Amino acid sequence: MDITFLLNGETVTTQTSPTATLLDWLREGRGLRGTKEGCNEGDCGACTVMVTDDHGPRALNACILFMGQLSGKAVRTVEGIAAPDGTPHPVQTAMVDHHGSQCGFCTPGFVVSMATAHLNGRTDHDDQLAGNLCRCTGYAPIVRAAQAVAATPIPGWMHDTAPGGATPHAPTSADDLAAWYLDHPDGTLIAGATDVGLWVTKQFRDLGDVAFLHACTDLQQIDVTEGAIRFGAGVTMTRVLDAVADDYPSYADMIRRYGSVQVRNAATIGGNIANGSPIGDNPPALIALDAVLHLRRGDVVRDVALADYFLSYGRQSRQPGEFVIGVTIPRGCHDHRVYKLSKRFDQDISAVCGAFDVTVTDGTVTRARIAFGGMAGVPKRASAVESALIGRPWTDATVSAALPAFADDFQPLSDMRASAAYRLTTAQNMLRRYHADLSGQTVDVRKVRA
Amino acid sequence: MTTQKPAPQAASAALPQAATASLPHAPLTHDSAPLHVTGAARYIDDIPVPAGTLHLAFGLSTVARGVLTALDLDAVRAAPGVVAVLTAADLPFANDVSPSNHDEPLLATDRVHYVGQPLFAVVADSHLAARYAARLGKAAITTEAPVLTIQDALAANARFEDGPRIWTKGCVDTALSRAPHRVQGRIDMGGQEHFYLEGQAALALPQDNGDMVVQSSTQHPTEIQHKVAEALGLPMHAVRVEVRRMGGGFGGKESQGNALAVACAVAARLTGRACKMRYDRDDDMIVTGKRHDFRIDYDAGFDAQGRLTGVDFTHHTRCGWAMDLSLPVADRAMLHADNAYLLDACRITSHRLKTNTQSATAFRGFGGPQGVLGIERVMDHVAHVLGLDPVDVRRANYYAPMDTVAAALKATGGGGLSAPRPAAPPESISEKASGVDLAGRGAQVEADDRAAVQRDAVNTTPYGMAVTDFILDDLTARLLDSSDYAARRDRIAAWNAGNPLLKRGIGFSPVKFGISFTLTHLNQAGALVHVYQDGSVHLNHGGTEMGQGMFQKVAQVAAARFGIDAGAVKITATDTGKVPNTSATAASSGADLNGMAVAAACDTIRDRIAACLAELHQVAPDQVRFKDGRVRVAQDEMSFAQAAAVAYVNRVSLSATGFYRTPDLAWDRVKGQGRPFLYFAQGAAVTEVVIDTLTGENRILRCDILHDAGSSLNPALDLGQVEGAYVQGAGWLTTEELVWDDAGRLRTHAPSTYKIPACGDRPEVFNVALWDQPNPAETIYRSKAVGEPPFMHGISAFLALSHAVQACGPHWADLQAPATPEAVLSAIARARG
Repeated sequence: MDITFLLNGETVTTQTSPTATLLDWLREGRGLRGTKEGCNEGDCGACTVMVTDDHGPRALNACILFMGQLSGKAVRTVEGIAAPDGTPHPVQTAMVDHHGSQCGFCTPGFVVSMATAHLNGRTDHDDQLAGNLCRCTGYAPIVRAAQAVAATPIPGWMHDTAPGGATPHAPTSADDLAAWYLDHPDGTLIAGATDVGLWVTKQFRDLGDVAFLHACTDLQQIDVTEGAIRFGAGVTMTRVLDAVADDYPSYADMIRRYGSVQVRNAATIGGNIANGSPIGDNPPALIALDAVLHLRRGDVVRDVALADYFLSYGRQSRQPGEFVIGVTIPRGCHDHRVYKLSKRFDQDISAVCGAFDVTVTDGTVTRARIAFGGMAGVPKRASAVESALIGRPWTDATVSAALPAFADDFQPLSDMRASAAYRLTTAQNMLRRYHADLSGQTVDVRKVRA
Repeated sequence: MTTQKPAPQAASAALPQAATASLPHAPLTHDSAPLHVTGAARYIDDIPVPAGTLHLAFGLSTVARGVLTALDLDAVRAAPGVVAVLTAADLPFANDVSPSNHDEPLLATDRVHYVGQPLFAVVADSHLAARYAARLGKAAITTEAPVLTIQDALAANARFEDGPRIWTKGCVDTALSRAPHRVQGRIDMGGQEHFYLEGQAALALPQDNGDMVVQSSTQHPTEIQHKVAEALGLPMHAVRVEVRRMGGGFGGKESQGNALAVACAVAARLTGRACKMRYDRDDDMIVTGKRHDFRIDYDAGFDAQGRLTGVDFTHHTRCGWAMDLSLPVADRAMLHADNAYLLDACRITSHRLKTNTQSATAFRGFGGPQGVLGIERVMDHVAHVLGLDPVDVRRANYYAPMDTVAAALKATGGGGLSAPRPAAPPESISEKASGVDLAGRGAQVEADDRAAVQRDAVNTTPYGMAVTDFILDDLTARLLDSSDYAARRDRIAAWNAGNPLLKRGIGFSPVKFGISFTLTHLNQAGALVHVYQDGSVHLNHGGTEMGQGMFQKVAQVAAARFGIDAGAVKITATDTGKVPNTSATAASSGADLNGMAVAAACDTIRDRIAACLAELHQVAPDQVRFKDGRVRVAQDEMSFAQAAAVAYVNRVSLSATGFYRTPDLAWDRVKGQGRPFLYFAQGAAVTEVVIDTLTGENRILRCDILHDAGSSLNPALDLGQVEGAYVQGAGWLTTEELVWDDAGRLRTHAPSTYKIPACGDRPEVFNVALWDQPNPAETIYRSKAVGEPPFMHGISAFLALSHAVQACGPHWADLQAPATPEAVLSAIARARG
């Protein structure tokens, strides 16, 4: 099919499979070999490109970015970071001057991430570069380069305007999508493709009929009212982070470690929920907030408590042809905390992710919402633990007394991320951490400075 | 030797660009940096290929051990785009990709030895088609119980070599039995995936007359040449291997590229078309070898000051299914079992265990880090028992400093650098040449033990070599001062007393790393230098560029010899057709060996130009001076280009080879005696961490490093090596965990599950400086090798974590590596008892 977009400032129209990846197209089809394949699964950032659309410029991983997602957008690769006359971008000059490249293979991805962050005025370099792995430098000279150019003016050529235009295989509204999905209940819905991309690059799965969701702009709304925030299913995690930062800083802090900039720029909250993974990080955070999921099939919309959506491993409360259109969370749960535990802080899948929201009235626990990912076949509430807390004084003694209840709620597995015993112990310890956290203790090693 | 110690100068991490490029010690940027940042630097997969190029992928064993009874490849052959499918029976000549031991078939024959072993190769018209088809093969394998762990291997007596290798110094049993204090323990340390960002890749281009040109992402072009020639039944002159750059190597491309290059060459021979292969990342991690994991048991005796009186180490090395480079890796672990400490009595026993896992291979440090971590753990354990600051225990055990030893050796008439040993006799290789890859580090040759091995008496290592260049006493004092170690240690104790959930720790580790290949004959290098009539210089040598900046350092050497700007020196791809019989770019030796060889070639040409000009001007050749891009002869002066042109019209050869062989080496690896190293590179690090006692999560807060690069050839590039090595070393001991399941399947085979350090994992405060003191050994411009030694600074992060864990309770915490959050939490529980 024909796909038209802007590539390094020039309009290109190409005939290609909608599920071919941008990386393969650039390298094999276009002969643009500056963009590198490091892992082919969105974890190393060597393939980072800048894509501009209505939401502005953002870094994305080209290895799991389908051509079908690109129509009407503007793409800038490492070959387009310097000016058309060859004048280097300040980021490129700084990377040379600060010895930011050694083997150079990750460097194009870094340069694109840095130039995009520079364009967006971001100076939180560690977060901006968390999705770019380097095995040579130890990152220090790269960050020095990023710091050195933070105040440098943005080169004019970096400002892309997305041309816009229709995308084949892409419904343009929830109504269109509902009709299409009724007709194709076995079809594959592709939002950010941060997971579906791997079905193609790693598993060679045939996706069958596909619908790209990025043109359903009505599914990308964030509605904030006095009492609630409603996210359309197509809201990216980058936007979720911004939207919850004031109300739920702990949740926002977890999202900052969720994937990487490139992954959060693609991944959607609806995709993370609908995918049904037992180790997704949003579901426990949302369940602890009593989130309500909005589903649609044809013209029928229904709500379900998120805690009830996950039935068992690989199975959700979703009918054929039914899809997630949004999720709503309340505001004002000031004691909501989310603890993500993984081997590496940034861009690592959780061994355990625990979320807590306990209400204490006059010293007594009156309400408790505790949910975990990584502890069962589904994201799951710790009902027994909640019961062990409610009606009791919010004290160390109550917390200690509630710990054995974790074994009633969860029988976790051992895998490459953690042993079952470690999962159970740390889940218990997260309750202890939560109690200490609410009492004002420093509980986060990332808040400690030398 | 230099007896007057210059005032060491700390080089800052932020270096000004040198005004002149001609100095050999200038902090020039990486020669390819402008190409890196624009995406213009070409790696194997970026090279334009001829039309009709084919692509390969391996079909892999899903069974760890068994007998291969049948391969059903019909579906593979029928898959879209498939041109050919190769099995072992289709290989025309040698079916072997081992670096020396002939135990690594390219494609499995009758047995399979690990999950991930290549069984067949698909040749297809695209990379994706080959990968897709490779999954369709069905192998009938009669499975057997695999030997996976160290315990399994010991129980099955599955090992390389007949039994353990044992080296001794003094009488350790007596020393231990008489020791005032004694402690035993064990540390397990995991392996490490290289995770070079560019995966393994090769491209074979068929030539006239059956010859083959191979583009390979390899640290060892000569070995690729040798293995491809064997596989094609050709002499080595029919195969030419080129490598311009790698996207990272770290040891993982010393032998692990053989399979791809050989497969491509064989397929190219059979099809007559260019053939390319690159591993998808998951395949790369499943197929190729990694750092050896080790278990080290220790039994140490010591006095009240913590001075070791005797120590008995037992190394268990998990080598995987094939020998690869495991013997020299295990040797180097033994060679670094002393690290920076003078051991009066010791025994090192090394078991080289054979398991049904990937064949462990070279990785930065080459066993050294494992050996060093063994004795650093002993130092910590001794300090814990005695209640001493571990730094004091370490300093009490240091080797004697350089000046003291020089005086003592002079008095006893002993060896050392001031009295070079006679060189080893020439080695005859002709009778051993058949089938042996002499350029491989795993090669077994008898030459070494013919060398005159002599035991020194003073300040000797467990293998009988005098340590004559020890500088860690001064360096340590400087680092402890600049890092404010003592005061911070006190502050940490106070902070910990007020923080029930989080604990800080601080750790100090020194490193003394031996420089030279321990297979002595590999310590040689060649170079080819051309000066053109316009004064531009073209340079080739045997070293390969994997990011370390060696090309730039060596170009600076050439520029310095001619007195010209480094920009006038062009370095092109390493090419076995230009410089033959290269050693792997490994053992940190690249700049040491190739810099010397290049200097020799440049001096030959410079002397010819000088002789020509001297004759024309009727002066002595030593009256000709090359400086600042100018050549001065008596009262005359001209540009270097003019001098080159004059030489050309006077029919002077402006092309020369250069050669270098490291002097003063003699080593008997079986006895564990001799002088395997030319010198020691040294350094030390202080790291501070914080841990969470509820989950074991941890962070590095600050790191201070003082590293000895001799008179650095390029302080900017060397600082980059130190910073990068530290983070990589800390990764080995913290987040990087390899997990195999009970069936022998590697479960951490992608970056989603195997976690190398990310940007935010580097120390927020990171003070790295070079100890600027000329190498007493006669190296190129008195510099020191810098690739591997700083890797061991990462051990300070592990020691800091141990210290933090130990703050949780009175019992020996016995932290194991890697110190994942789970391992830290386990250790906290042990500390609490």
